[in-house]
Amino acid sequence: MDINDIRGLLTALLLFSFVGLWIWAWSSRRKADFDASAALPLEEDHYMTNNGRENDR
Amino acid sequence: MDKTASYNDTVVRQFTIMTVIWGIVGMLVGLIIAAQLMWPALNFDLPFLTYSRLRPLHTNAVIFAFGGSALFATSYYVVQRTCHVRLAFDKLASFTFWGWQVIIVLAAITLPLGITQSKEYAELEWPIDLLIAVVWVAYAIVFFSTVAKRRVKHIYVANWFYGAFIITVAVLHIFNNLAIPVTLTKSYQIYTGVVDAMMQWWYGHNAVGFFLTAGFLGMMYYFVPKQAGRPVYSYRLSVVHFWSLIAVYMWAGPHHLHYTSLPDWAQTLGMVFSVVLLAPSWGGMINGIMTLSGAWHKLRSDPIIKFMIVALSFYGMSTFEGPMMSIKTVNALSHYTEWTIGHVHSGALGWVAMMTIGSVYCLLPRLYNKEGMYSTKLIDVHFWTSTIGVVLYAVSMWIAGIGEGLMSRQINADGTLTYAFVEILASKYPYYGMRLIGGVVFFAGMIIMAYNVWKTIANEKPASVAVMEPA
Repeated sequence: MDINDIRGLLTALLLFSFVGLWIWAWSSRRKADFDASAALPLEEDHYMTNNGRENDR
Repeated sequence: MDKTASYNDTVVRQFTIMTVIWGIVGMLVGLIIAAQLMWPALNFDLPFLTYSRLRPLHTNAVIFAFGGSALFATSYYVVQRTCHVRLAFDKLASFTFWGWQVIIVLAAITLPLGITQSKEYAELEWPIDLLIAVVWVAYAIVFFSTVAKRRVKHIYVANWFYGAFIITVAVLHIFNNLAIPVTLTKSYQIYTGVVDAMMQWWYGHNAVGFFLTAGFLGMMYYFVPKQAGRPVYSYRLSVVHFWSLIAVYMWAGPHHLHYTSLPDWAQTLGMVFSVVLLAPSWGGMINGIMTLSGAWHKLRSDPIIKFMIVALSFYGMSTFEGPMMSIKTVNALSHYTEWTIGHVHSGALGWVAMMTIGSVYCLLPRLYNKEGMYSTKLIDVHFWTSTIGVVLYAVSMWIAGIGEGLMSRQINADGTLTYAFVEILASKYPYYGMRLIGGVVFFAGMIIMAYNVWKTIANEKPASVAVMEPA
């Protein structure tokens, strides 16, 4: 086995990883997790008053 | 009161304010050297005011002081909010702030004195490099410890981008700066010849790819959905975007060394990976812009959204221009001309600075428990000064650079060069003026921003923010 076999195998491995990544990301099992994550930036802060109680702005 | 019940916004506020200040300082130095290119006498024959010493001061100030502070500020804010947990290690976080400011001040002292390693974007000498490494490792500890103690299941995509930026910059910085110190202010690189060049541009291009791209994509993936009030267009696409971007960027460096003594196969490899980079870059740009889909009307009323969408548009333009310029035949025309400067600034001002400015306008009121910035009208004015400034800058450098490239390759029938260097220089002169005007207009916007920031936060006592309970 010479260096070119390793190059070929590596290329194939990377190609399959890339295709696998798409399949993983588009799988319906990811949807609930992804939806929950995508909502994270939309949460609004709760500011605290001096006595430490939470206070919506 | 239990301290862990609130977010550590002190360090976020510190870095946010310094972002604005260092932005003004760094861009002012840029204006000075742009003016020196038109009027060389502006160095007043003082060594510390020469172009050669101020240019690295400008690049270090805008990339590492302005961009760096913005990345520290937003990453510390985003990681806390999206992990539902207070930032790890208050004292260490504070150390990263003060350490980073000391590094910036040391840079501002040593570079005008001519103390330099002469490596582009890695000019700082070894004692400062060591301090950078220490502060950066502290940053990584704070950031990843916060991610580790998160109270939500998934790690939000912005944190993946920030994390990749932090890890990669540590690796790049340490390996590119390996040197043997001779005195306190002088060292010799351990690499020689073309290996040194390849290390330098492996570092240099990944500084663009991870400092100025991945880090700011982290900012984009949090603040664009935040300001638009809707989740990112496709979370699945953001995952593919992340892994393909970081896998491909690492190999693009050799396009800085086309037609040099770097082996031809390495040049071609750099070119191919640079062209491939178009795909993940545009995937990310489309993902950001389409986040506004169904809410396009916000572009009419919200200048912060305008900043972000124009930033993404410039990201799309410069990530098309970059792959094109990395093709060897195009590079033969563009390299060593002003076109490169135009390309860099459409990325740095159009993408990095405008995304930062939009994010700061979104972030700052939240850090001071305010409904919004002091004046929305002034944000709009700033938006137009920034946009007009970048366009003037990029267009003038395109004209100057393409003209310069075409004149440089013009050959007479007897094989001699048609144009002398000074003739090419003279052809660029009007465009140096146009570029300077663009820079002044962009800079004016930063002054407006400083005023708006001052009016927003003066006399404000920031309230602490409760850590959100896990959903």
